[in-house]
Order: sequence, then structure tokens, then C-alpha cells
Amino acid sequence: MSAFLSIAGLHASIDDNGTRKPILNGVDLDVPAGEVHAIMGPNGSGKSTLSYVLAGREDYEVTAGTALFKGEDLLAMEPDARAAAGVFLAFQAPVELPGVNNANFLRTAVNAVRRARGEAEMDSMQFLKAARAQARALSMPEDLLKRNVNVGFSGGEKKRNEVLQMALLGPSLAILDETDSGLDIDALRIVAEGVKALRSPSFSALVITHHQRLLDYLVPDRVHVMARGRILRSGGPELAHQLEAQGYAGFLAEAA
Amino acid sequence: MPAVAETLNTVESLTQSSYKWGFETDIEMDLAPKGLSEDTIRLISARKEEPDWLLAWRLKAYAAWQTMQAPGWGKIGHPPIDFQDVHYYAAPKKKPGPKSLDEVDPELLAVYEKLGIPLKERAMLAGVEVPDGGEADGRDGRPQIAVDAVFDSVSVATTFRSTLAKAGVIFCPISEAVREHPDLVRQYLGSVVPAADNFYAALNSAVFTDGSFVFIPKGVKCPMELSTYFRINAKNTGQFERTLIIAEDGASVSYLEGCTAPMRDENQLHAAVVELVAMDDASIKYSTVQNWYPGDANGKGGIYNFVTKRGACRGARSKISWTQVETGSAITWKYPSCILQGEGSVGEFYSVAVTNNHQQADTGTKMLHIGRNTRSTIVAKTISAGRSDSTYRGLVRVMPKASGARNFTQCDSLLIGDQCGAHTVPYIENRNMTAKTEHEATTSKISEDQLFYCRSRGLSEEDAVGMIVNGFCKDVLKELPMEFAVEAQKLLQVSLEGSVG
Repeated sequence: MSAFLSIAGLHASIDDNGTRKPILNGVDLDVPAGEVHAIMGPNGSGKSTLSYVLAGREDYEVTAGTALFKGEDLLAMEPDARAAAGVFLAFQAPVELPGVNNANFLRTAVNAVRRARGEAEMDSMQFLKAARAQARALSMPEDLLKRNVNVGFSGGEKKRNEVLQMALLGPSLAILDETDSGLDIDALRIVAEGVKALRSPSFSALVITHHQRLLDYLVPDRVHVMARGRILRSGGPELAHQLEAQGYAGFLAEAA
Repeated sequence: MPAVAETLNTVESLTQSSYKWGFETDIEMDLAPKGLSEDTIRLISARKEEPDWLLAWRLKAYAAWQTMQAPGWGKIGHPPIDFQDVHYYAAPKKKPGPKSLDEVDPELLAVYEKLGIPLKERAMLAGVEVPDGGEADGRDGRPQIAVDAVFDSVSVATTFRSTLAKAGVIFCPISEAVREHPDLVRQYLGSVVPAADNFYAALNSAVFTDGSFVFIPKGVKCPMELSTYFRINAKNTGQFERTLIIAEDGASVSYLEGCTAPMRDENQLHAAVVELVAMDDASIKYSTVQNWYPGDANGKGGIYNFVTKRGACRGARSKISWTQVETGSAITWKYPSCILQGEGSVGEFYSVAVTNNHQQADTGTKMLHIGRNTRSTIVAKTISAGRSDSTYRGLVRVMPKASGARNFTQCDSLLIGDQCGAHTVPYIENRNMTAKTEHEATTSKISEDQLFYCRSRGLSEEDAVGMIVNGFCKDVLKELPMEFAVEAQKLLQVSLEGSVG
């Protein structure tokens, strides 16, 4: 099976007060269609940077390497074009948009993406129906749709709002950047169910996490260990258990 | 507000970067020679067949103006204005009344079309005689809006006259009001903004050519929104509108003013005066969407807009509310104010001022608390982009007898890019120990985080900026009548096109 997402030799750096600070140092990663892959690794290993670079954040400069998504050059696309192509990033720290109504934001996003994909736009009634159903599935209070985007949301509400957006935008590649952090067990299960509901032969997910618990629910096809801006080791779900038991020290020593 | 999403969709079709309303109309004009003198004023007064008292009033204002200096305290800069290089009177040449739209100057109809005036209203505006029962009645579900189109200096026509007349409401060009209702005009004209109030108000008083007059009698709630379109059209023609709105005891009215102007290279002078009078329990809501030509991206051209707007809450429990969305003009100098004289009267000022490229805006409000238990609310949102400069300048003055007066002021500035400026100059003078004034101010930038978040959800950069800006302005936009809110949202986005990145 040809790779759905194919990352090769990816280097990226960020401007750090005038000096270029490399963060990704040659990431190689293939995610076939229909699979869920987990990325684990110590803080500062470049996991979030990888997710930002894939979603198109401009602060990062890609200095070498490629990232192909369904055979297309992902790195050449604008962030909104990537969203239309089916990439979705669930933010580790979702951003607040004061004065912007959540339902309105969601509908605008959904219709922008549908338009770009050549699909019919949703009218207010269709959208509200769909959004309410998803919000219920995520056990979100309905008033979160009426409030301003992420403003005054609790940590758990923000994360659930990300999953709600994901469900409505219907991506083919979801990148979850520590979406499980700060969630209680019930919320974690709900978020995991949200991802599982999307699983299909044409949907893949890249799940960045520190915790085994989310992976217990999601059961990844592959687990990758990332450190110092590279993938150090890849394996099956058992690798996550090994990490949980032994920590990262062994892997880091091995890589050094 | 679901209209935001719809608007943003609509705006996709408006993405040309040039000024959308930049058209120029070629209609035969009746122009006064350039320059300002007593003769010019006598000519204007004669053309308008005005009574002697009004000519005398104009001449007195002119005499005062000659002794005055243009105010220099605003944070605006422009070359000196040559007041002798301006036409002070321009009127479309009178033609015999057309019998049908076919006889109407197609240029004029094209202007109405660009302004978005519904077809059946165009006939009336163009002066076509409509048989009984043929009047536009809003049966197609549109809210009824009476339009008094100011086409350059002469109000071409007024719609919905009979509906308004049945309610006892007078809504007509002020020059007509001078002829038909001289006592009312004489009683109130200059009673809120005296002829020699300030340099530009004095100029307006001397040379005003037209504008709207609204009178809502005792206890009448005006049955429809009133709307005026001001257009600046003839080359080198300054526009000097004069608007006077009076709401008697218990009366209420909502007045909308929308402005567009043709694209032009030379700077055009505009100095309007608006006076509002609210008696006991009366309320006046005055909304403006101002989109005059701001000049090109290099700061060439654009309208100079020096406006004096003031409302007098004379009666107990009266209320005057100003809402403005200012996106246009090269220079904006404008401070819609409220004189809160009546006990328990209420003044409100909701403002969004957007500046882009080289635009300069110095705008704000004055709330003068004279009566007891008077209240005022100020919400000013300033958005600066490009190399523009925007200043909120406000005065809250509580007089010694205004016991229990309250004011709340909120000024928020949003910066887009790193070459623009935003300034807040709030003056608070409180001479009564029982009065309370509050002031809150914030300055923020559209963050990269916000933009990226929106774009990662599929929004284009322009849509993302539009969404964030509309969110920032929401507290003000929700004060606008619905049909204006939609137009205002479009304007905000169109005004800021190309301001990011």
C-alpha cells in the first residue's frame, strides 16, 4: 500500500532571536491509509513542531526534506488548502477568538472546506443539526456552541471543542497534539470515542501523547518514539507499554 | 449572529482590491463658481428660495467663520485646505418630471443600482409619478426603509412620504422644510450646534446646501427606519449637509445614514452638521456606515471629513444613541456627542473606526452630564492597519448638578501589522461627588496564533482577519439595525483586504 502520509528527511528550524534553531533533524515517517499512529517522546523532542509544520504554521522554516499527503506536496500548500485537502490539527493549546461565535466559526470553517472540496455548503439548519448531534456525542453542553470560540472554556471543554471541529470537518488525516493532556478519565474516553468514530480505510491519525491511557482506547497500529527531532524507534502497540514501564532514558542513551 | 458567516461568504465575491463604489457619474450639473464669499452665500440662498432670516443666519455664520482658525488639536495632518478652490453649490439640472423610468437619465438609475436601491424605490427617487396604490410597500418581505437620497447637494426625491405623513412624521430635504415648516426649522436650527460652534460647523452653517429634516410628533413611534444616502459626486464639490432631527415627547425614531463616494484623485472636503433634539421620553437612534473614498494605497486622494454631530437630550428620560462604523475617508474628524440635560436622560456612543493604508482618524465622543441621574455609555473600537493612524478622543464631563450621573467608557484598539498607530485620549472631568465614571482601555494585535488557528480550519487569510475583526467589533455591530450590520461587516473585511502578510 502506498503511503498516505509520507515524510522523508524533514528538517525544520525556528527563528530564535535572530539565530536559527533547528528542531526537526530528519524526520522519516510513513502513515498508510486507515492506520492510527502514535508519537511519543520527551518534552522538547519536536513532536509539536512536527504537527505545526504539517499543518503549515509559518513560524517554522523547512530547511530540507519532504512531506507528501496523498501524493501531493503538503509543504507547498497554504494552511487553509491543507485543511481543504483533509489535514486537521487538534491544537495542544486551542486559541481563543473573542467575539467570534463558536457555531458561526465552525459553520464558516465547514463551508469553506466543503466549498474547496466541491461539496455543497450546509445551511444554518443542516449545520446546527449536525453540530448539536456531535456536541451531544461528545457530552458537550449545547451552550458551548453559542459561546465565543474557546473563550472562558475549561481545559477539557477546549479539547472537546477541538474534537467537535474535527468531527464536523471530516478530515482524512487528523493530527492530535496532546489532546489527552489535562483530561479526566471520562473526558479522555469521550475524546477517544470521537477519534474512533472517524476510523475508516480512508482516515489516518497521528496521535501525539505522553500517556498510555489514550492508546489503550485507540489501539494504534504503530508507535513511534521521537527525540532530538527524529524518529528513534518504531514498533507495534507493545512499544508504548515498554515506554510506560521503562521511560525514555534507555532510548535516548541508545540514540546518543 | 449567523449573518457573519453569510456575509463572509458574500464577501468572497467582493475581493477586488480597488474601491468597489469608485464610480463617477456624468450628469449635467448646475455649478456655482469656485470660491467662498458673501455673494456665494447669497447665490445659494437665492437658488434655494430661502427666507431672509436664513440668509441673515448664514451671513452671520460666515462672518464668524472668517474670524476662526481651523482647529489644530486633532492628531491628523494634511496640507492646508484652500477654501477658495471649492465649488459650494452643485445641483443636477432640473428637467421636466419624467412620466416613467424610461424617461429618467439612465446614469442616475445606474447610480441607484450601484447603491443597491430596490427597483421600485428607484422610480420614486427619480421623481417618476406613481399612480395611487402603486407605492412600494415592503410587501416583498423587506423591512420598510424610507430613503431620502441626497444626490450631491439636492435631495432628488423622498420615498414613503404618504406612509410617514399618515403617522404625522415629517421627513424631507431640509431646504423643503425651510419652505414648508419654517417655524420648526427656525426654532431648532443651530439650537444644538450654534452657527459659530467651531470652524467647520460655522462653514457648514454659512454654505449648507441640503440634508434631511425629520420631525416626529408627540407620542409617535416612527413606523419605519429612515435612511439617507449621501453621495459626493461632482468634481471639487464640497458637501455641506445639514441634518436636523426632532423627537417630541414620547416619540422615537431610528435614522440610518450610509455613505459611498466615487473614486477620485483630488481631496474632497466634507463638513456636515447633524443636530438631534430629544424631548421627554423621546429616543433617537442615529446609525452611520461611512465608506467614503479613503485615498489609494499610497495615500493619494480621499475625502476630508470634518463633521459636527451633536444630540441634545432636553427632556427627562430621553435617549440619544449614536452608532457609527467608519471605514472610509482619508481624514476623519468627528465626535458625535450628547448633551444630557434632561433628568435621567441617556447618551450612547458605539463606534468602530477602521483605518488602513495612509488613512487618519481622530474620532470619539463627548458626553456632557448636566441633569441628575444621567447615564452614558461609550464603546469605541479602533482598528488600525497599514501605515494608518487612529485616535480615540473622548470627553466625559459631569457638571456640579448632575448628581447620580454614571458613565462607562470602553476603548479597545486592534493593531494589524507593525507600522500603524492607535491612540486613546480620554478626558474625564467630574465635578459631582456622587457621580461615577469608569474607563477601560485595551490594545491588542491580531495574533499569529489566532490567524493560524483559523486558517488551519480552512479559512482564507482574508476570511480569518474578517472573522477576528468582526468578533472584535461585535459589541458595536450588534447595535446597528440588521440591514446595516450586514453591510458594515462587509465593509470591515473589504477595508482591511491585503492588510495582513
